Amino acid sequence: MKLHGTRVPHFKNTADCIPERLPVPQTVRIPMSMHIGIPARAIVKTGDTVKVGQLIGEADGFLSSNIHSSVSGKVLKIDETTNAGGLKIPCVIINSDGKQELSDQIQPPDVTDFKSLITAVKKSGVVGLGGAGFPSFAKLHVHDLSKIDAVIINAAECEPYITSDTRTMLDKSDYIFDGIQTLKKYMGIKRFIIGIEKNKPKAVTEMKKLAEKDDSVEVHVLPSIYPQGGEKVLVFNTINRIIPKGGLPIDVGAVVINITTLAFIGEYLKTGIPLIEKCITIDGSAVKSPKNVIAPIGISINDLIESAGGLKTQPAKVLYGGPMMGIAVPSMDEPVLKNTNAIIFMDKKEAAPPKTTPCINCGSCLDHCPFRLDPRSISIAYDLKQYAELKSLCVDLCMECGCCSYVCPANRPLVQTNKLAKIKLREYLGSIKEIE
Amino acid sequence: MEKLTVSVSPHFSGRRTTQNIMLDVIIALIPALIASVIIFGWRSLLITSVCVSACLLSEFLFQKVCKRESTLYDLSAVVTGIILAFNLPVTIPVWQAVIGSVTAIIVVKQLFGGIGRNFANPAATSRIIMLIAFSDTMTAWYFPQNSVDALSGATPLVADLQNTASISYLTLLLGNHGGCLGETCAIALILGGIYLLVRKVISWHIPAAFIGTVAIMSFLCGKDILLQILSGGLLLGAFFMATDYSTSPSTKSGKIIFGIGCGLVTVLIRFWGNLPEGVSYSILLMNILTPYISKLTRNKPLTGRAKS
Repeated sequence: MKLHGTRVPHFKNTADCIPERLPVPQTVRIPMSMHIGIPARAIVKTGDTVKVGQLIGEADGFLSSNIHSSVSGKVLKIDETTNAGGLKIPCVIINSDGKQELSDQIQPPDVTDFKSLITAVKKSGVVGLGGAGFPSFAKLHVHDLSKIDAVIINAAECEPYITSDTRTMLDKSDYIFDGIQTLKKYMGIKRFIIGIEKNKPKAVTEMKKLAEKDDSVEVHVLPSIYPQGGEKVLVFNTINRIIPKGGLPIDVGAVVINITTLAFIGEYLKTGIPLIEKCITIDGSAVKSPKNVIAPIGISINDLIESAGGLKTQPAKVLYGGPMMGIAVPSMDEPVLKNTNAIIFMDKKEAAPPKTTPCINCGSCLDHCPFRLDPRSISIAYDLKQYAELKSLCVDLCMECGCCSYVCPANRPLVQTNKLAKIKLREYLGSIKEIE
Repeated sequence: MEKLTVSVSPHFSGRRTTQNIMLDVIIALIPALIASVIIFGWRSLLITSVCVSACLLSEFLFQKVCKRESTLYDLSAVVTGIILAFNLPVTIPVWQAVIGSVTAIIVVKQLFGGIGRNFANPAATSRIIMLIAFSDTMTAWYFPQNSVDALSGATPLVADLQNTASISYLTLLLGNHGGCLGETCAIALILGGIYLLVRKVISWHIPAAFIGTVAIMSFLCGKDILLQILSGGLLLGAFFMATDYSTSPSTKSGKIIFGIGCGLVTVLIRFWGNLPEGVSYSILLMNILTPYISKLTRNKPLTGRAKS
């Protein structure tokens, strides 16, 4: 059996661009939530002096993450900001003094066993850097290690434009190796599979070299059919297991981790520098010179593009992440987040919404859905408020990859409707439970 | 301050649009149109133009009257017009061709909600209505001037039915015989069909199941397989009419069932009915069954099973 998908343009223009370090901006805005879960609690006050790598937000509750300052300077104020999910969260604004003094909190962690590894990963503030932002320690914190037989390293990077994971593979393969060795040692896992889409031949060669050094590492070259990087798709295409609906990779005995996250863990264990900067791909039709940069977390998109070469034209749409699943930002003042791997600037032409025409029943959406859903029937059921039908159509399985909308010749908002339908279905199931 | 567009992902869309799908179908129909002009003369071009114009005009007027957004740009009315013309004899009076086109667009397509909503193929249904309404002119098979076979005023299937004459396969391929203006030249239709398959406008399932069923049934009933496949409207129907998106199932298994059904009904009518040809009827009948086939062959979502 093969999973469906669709061919999207690659636009990997920046694959050969070695990331350049950007100058320190005057101010950074660091939101207290750049992860899935409870926002961190700000532990600095207005006027406090902070140094690079100093803890400024403490994980609050189990599913949360530490947040560190990316610059040295003074806390200007604790503001409030609205995140992409529409929630109001606190946000620490720091005025940089330009000195970039390192905090004395920075020291390589002492890892001796599984428990201390989890503590170290938690301390580092790392979250899933592929885009989801799920706190990594929580993912690695497996209660029964014997249930896991494989770690799948997600290096598919299936979104158009983005090459930051490619750069990790080319520039940080030693840290990837260290990360693998650490997981191997403290989690006792004997099989590591690196899944890479075949449009990155250099990265594939580099990872194959790495695999030669260790028998437990395999490189799995995936076809260039979007979305190879979807967790369930990746697990199916590498170890041929289907994650049940509503389940996690752990339900089929696997842990999936993004390659940049893994490299970061490897690096952190050596240096002790927490997650304070990110390699980011800057591309899109409105950008003067597409490139990869290393930017401090919290730098505004405006400052980022200013110091990275500027724009060709006024952008009409700016995205966190790639064009298939990225989030459009409301303003260029928004900061770079932990899980930002690319900022795409689209000009008016690229951002112009396609004209929606009547559905012609061509069935393209069915033929391209990786999970074999029927987006056309889902939209009809959604329009007619047939929530029981939505349940039998398994809309809650949708991972919102966007293949259906991409291939639709009538440009119907299919995945968009799926997202709404998922919310409605959740409400409906909740109300049924109440009645019962 | 500049304004940024905020919308939900995806921020990309593929290049394929309804319009360029229809354009591909039109391109695929051009070889058959050229062949019909060579075989039947310029009048076939006239009839095709009349049908296309009448389809466009009736769609335009209907949507104007109903205050609906015009969908002329999607070119589907052009496709309907050409396919309907291909299903008419070249001698059809112009006014009858106009009535057929208006029926196809208004009665069969627009009254049910326009593109994507009609349950029956407009061209096939309109042809059936015309066969009933104008039975004289619709079955007056004009004999091509430059034909070499001694077959006058009858389609190969009629001839076969009456055992009056035999016809060579070469003639069937070239289309140099009596019949509707676009259905005779097998080579041109196959060429168009291959184009649609290569461009992925249609998948192989319906044409293969349709033609395959007719071939197998012809073999079982001791009929001439190639004659059955190459004559009548089978190729036109299998490649261009049965594959109409709105009126055929979307799933692969559904398409195969649909194709087999079309093949069986065609054969039933051809061999045991009192009509020489049954492609349009078979397509219409299977169109009616399409919602049920779709329901029966729904894709099973990949939900997986919990690990025990």
